Amino acid sequence: MNWDVALILTVGGLATGSVYLLAGLGLVLIFSVTRVVFVPFGDIAAFAALSLAAFETGTTPPTIGLVLTLASLAVVAELWQLMRRRELARMPRVLMVWGLLPALPCLAAWWVTGRNLPAIAGIVASILLVVPIAPLIARIALRPIADASVLVLLIASLALHFLLSGLGLLFFGPEGSRTHPLVAGATTLPGGFPVSMQVLLMIASAIVLSGLFYLLFERTLHGKALRATAINRVGARLVGIRPARTAALAYGGGSLLAGLIGVLIAPVTTIYYDSGFIIGLKAFVAAIIGGLASYPLTALGALAVGLVESFASFWSGALKDVFVFGTLIPVLLLRSLLASRIEEEEEEIDE
Amino acid sequence: MTAALLEIGDLHVSYGRVEAVCGVSLSLAPGQIVSVIGPNGAGKTTLLAATMGLLPSTGTLRFEGEDLRGLDVEARVERGLCLVPEKRELFGDLSVQDNLQLGAYAKRLNGSTMGRRLQSVYALFPRLAERRSQLARTLSGGEQQMLALGRALMSAPRLLMLDEPSLGLAPLIVCEILAIVRTLREDGVSILLVEQNARVALENSDHGYVLESGEVALSGASSILAGDARVQATYLGGGTDDD
Repeated sequence: MNWDVALILTVGGLATGSVYLLAGLGLVLIFSVTRVVFVPFGDIAAFAALSLAAFETGTTPPTIGLVLTLASLAVVAELWQLMRRRELARMPRVLMVWGLLPALPCLAAWWVTGRNLPAIAGIVASILLVVPIAPLIARIALRPIADASVLVLLIASLALHFLLSGLGLLFFGPEGSRTHPLVAGATTLPGGFPVSMQVLLMIASAIVLSGLFYLLFERTLHGKALRATAINRVGARLVGIRPARTAALAYGGGSLLAGLIGVLIAPVTTIYYDSGFIIGLKAFVAAIIGGLASYPLTALGALAVGLVESFASFWSGALKDVFVFGTLIPVLLLRSLLASRIEEEEEEIDE
Repeated sequence: MTAALLEIGDLHVSYGRVEAVCGVSLSLAPGQIVSVIGPNGAGKTTLLAATMGLLPSTGTLRFEGEDLRGLDVEARVERGLCLVPEKRELFGDLSVQDNLQLGAYAKRLNGSTMGRRLQSVYALFPRLAERRSQLARTLSGGEQQMLALGRALMSAPRLLMLDEPSLGLAPLIVCEILAIVRTLREDGVSILLVEQNARVALENSDHGYVLESGEVALSGASSILAGDARVQATYLGGGTDDD
């Protein structure tokens, strides 16, 4: 290997790392607020990519049907709860939040379809279209068991992934698609090294979005409320933060990130209805490096995963995933060693 | 008699089959400090948790004449109830200032009102102002109690419920905290104080209830309760017989 190859691999690694970074942030966001390892994350990204592909061919994205189906299920679940509590007076609000709100992006997507609008319209519509998916499936399947153990939640979340990828097959069919590049052309780095604009866009989005994330969590009261819910649920309720509402917000934020990822990777790889799973799994490796709690460590972990994957695929394409998931072993060893040390220290303080 | 701010009538709370609070009635007038004393496991904490809505209960619960049943914890916070629990329930990984700001979350304050409230809490607890950018979990026990109280005050509560504010604290800090609690009354805050330390509780309240095995065993003006032979013997440790 010479320096040119190493540079190519590094840039490629950083580009895939950026995707894992965004996915990792989404996973940590959802886990820290709700204790759910959100396995269907990657499926939502795939749905965004496939929706964009549908817009490009001028067909109505089947995602609309999916979102509307989920929204009606969520409305039924909410109404059932209201009936049992005899609070039917709140019905208009429920219909607004769980019925009308998810229908808005569907309406926008339907309107965009087949019109000769600039490409950006389809991109925005695809991202917005998948935003309701995570909050809706969480409302239907995860909220009723919100107080269950992490393991039960994980199993439910895994089941949701299989459900979603099955629905993906039903709605999108088995064919893969690839979209036009979001930005064409390439630029040259100092030193005469060419980089495609798409790769730069991926890295830039990761940087900008992690910056926004930081501002949201460090500077706004609502961001702090999300963190507070993650740190202490009872404390959050006592100051009037509703965990169900923050959970919906976290799922919405995660869904938005998934949508962005879908749109970013759609021009680079061919996406099938089940392509999302492996992206989610690798982002999960990054999230574990961050202990499912720390955003900065998750970001670093994601870049590391991207680089390992990129270099590993140069040496052996067949074994690249083995390398990526193999990095989990030293990470987990180190984490458990550190964790037991911290616990010991805390015990000493207690004494 | 003026209309009660908080009216609890025949309240029952159970954990599974075990009844922790069995038919407690209690009322609190605006501007009053009412203390609830009693031994460990008498149901004091349970009583507060049920009033706040953290535990389901049966019986009447009225706040300013409004029925609280059917309102969740967050809705009660919006109405002006505020609980400082025994475990304080702070946000350990957030800074002192973030903890305080979140205390006013339910009130949706604008920037300048938030700033003014922060200043008034810092004026009450100068120690918190010194530590404003420190993480809450790095504070000492007394400072954490001050932060819990400060966070509660940020919501400008009508009724402040304090669960064992003296727990694990040095007597001097307890005095400091209770002195502040007494000044709150001048700002129109009513206080429901739950304490195992009966002397501290009765010295700092207008009216007292003695809770035993989930029932009200005695109630009356705090000064009279403090003079009661049975209370003295059991809770103040200065009684005639020594068991």
